Amino acid sequence: MNSHEGDVQARITADAVARRSYGKLVAFLAARTQDVAAAEDALSEAFASALADWPRNGCPSNPEAWLLTVARRKAIDMHRARHRHEIAAEQLQMMAEGLDAAATAAEIPDQRLAMMFACAHPAIDAGIRAPLILQVVLGLDAKTIASAFLTSPAAMGKRLVRAKEKIRQARIPFSVPEREELPDRLETVLDAIYAAFAEGWTDPGGTDVARRDLTEETMFLARLVAELLPEEPEASGLLALMLHAEARRRARRSQNGDFVPLAEQDPALWDTQMIDEAEALLHRACIRSVIGRYQLEAALQSAHVDRCRTGHANWEEVVQLYDALFALAGSPVVAINRALAIAETDGAAVALDAMPEIAADVRLAEYQPYWAARAELLARSGACDDARQSYEIAIGLERDPAVRNFLLQRQSALSI
Amino acid sequence: MQYLLLLYVNEGVFATMTKAQQEQGVAAYMAYTEALTKANAYKASNRLQPISTATTVRIADGKSQVLDGPYVDSKEQLGGFFLIYAPDLDAALSWAARCPAASHGVVEVRPIWNMQA
Repeated sequence: MNSHEGDVQARITADAVARRSYGKLVAFLAARTQDVAAAEDALSEAFASALADWPRNGCPSNPEAWLLTVARRKAIDMHRARHRHEIAAEQLQMMAEGLDAAATAAEIPDQRLAMMFACAHPAIDAGIRAPLILQVVLGLDAKTIASAFLTSPAAMGKRLVRAKEKIRQARIPFSVPEREELPDRLETVLDAIYAAFAEGWTDPGGTDVARRDLTEETMFLARLVAELLPEEPEASGLLALMLHAEARRRARRSQNGDFVPLAEQDPALWDTQMIDEAEALLHRACIRSVIGRYQLEAALQSAHVDRCRTGHANWEEVVQLYDALFALAGSPVVAINRALAIAETDGAAVALDAMPEIAADVRLAEYQPYWAARAELLARSGACDDARQSYEIAIGLERDPAVRNFLLQRQSALSI
Repeated sequence: MQYLLLLYVNEGVFATMTKAQQEQGVAAYMAYTEALTKANAYKASNRLQPISTATTVRIADGKSQVLDGPYVDSKEQLGGFFLIYAPDLDAALSWAARCPAASHGVVEVRPIWNMQA
């Protein structure tokens, strides 16, 4: 092998390990010290060493163990350098022992779930939980995360640093909570993953939520949690929900790139494998009869799919599911989608009464789906002028040009 | 806080669009202005004439220099602006992302210098 081929091979192996094991290695390195930033630094130095060493000496048979050994040494060196005056001999000892044990074991214990619980701990600001998980488990850089969350990269970087500092200083434990605490704590983890998945998507019907930038990454996280906690129905529910949304991705745009609402989609373009998997997950989750937000949302997706496939109107069932969801999580977002379903069973006038009031939540004033739904309902009840005005605001609030054009067409289709 | 959104777009594209597309483009900007107004975030906005109308002036060493054309020649040109109110940068970025120019050009977000502070 010449040196160029060696470089290429080293990079390919390093990339593969990074994709497969980045979070596992960070979680393992940081689990005892709670110092995520130090673990990330050590690991990134280990990756740099790998790119220098592997082309010369060949890729190791167990690259994870190799990286862990190097990262461990770097971590201890860095820790020594930083805390020279307050030599925490005991802590160093503990670190060395734990890391040694791991380096000799064939399997690195998977503590990613524990790390996610630390990142989504109630003591961590809710807005930074999802970015933090994306960074520490998947190794995404602040720039990528900032773009997805529409935040300045510099500000995102600072928030991430601060959150890691908080974990270290407050000694937020890397552990999966005990039974009685688990449902509540799990909810914060699932919410963070879903926030990253659904960020920024605003389809008028609320039935096609899907993240544009981070879909693959967040699906990976949802799958990871569902696999590591197979007994938790909400973890399965979230994965089912996301699979349903993702399954319809191809059908959501025409060949010209136009937005296609759910009712007009061609079910033949849906990914049946994903839908089947979602249905199986949902079925398994429901057996445990512990109802929760994500199972209900997945059940709604399932009902929409069933209706579109069979042509059999099931709006009564959909409204019931939204009632249950609203009782559980009375958010204005749920209320909007519930009102749209009510329009199908009881007509637009009843649905308009069921819409949330802006006065109740000022954020609605800048929430595109609220205005799109209102416009739709007003149009159906014949209030064309009001409908036009609501469409106007919905169009102005939309970021996605395809959805914007869809709304513009709806608006111009109104009779004068 | 006030933020200036500077809209950089390829100004040649508009002329190549069909009339329907142009109308749709203008309608999108009108709706955007309406949404800003409704949210009490609108302060001012304007569209600029093409860069072929631009003239730059500078005075150096006591001599004035006047040149035809824009200060910076780039693929996308400054074509307009929105001056908005937003509580923080994230809110301003959110408005920038909704600006139609963000999907066919670039929107630069600049906080306004607060002279009172």
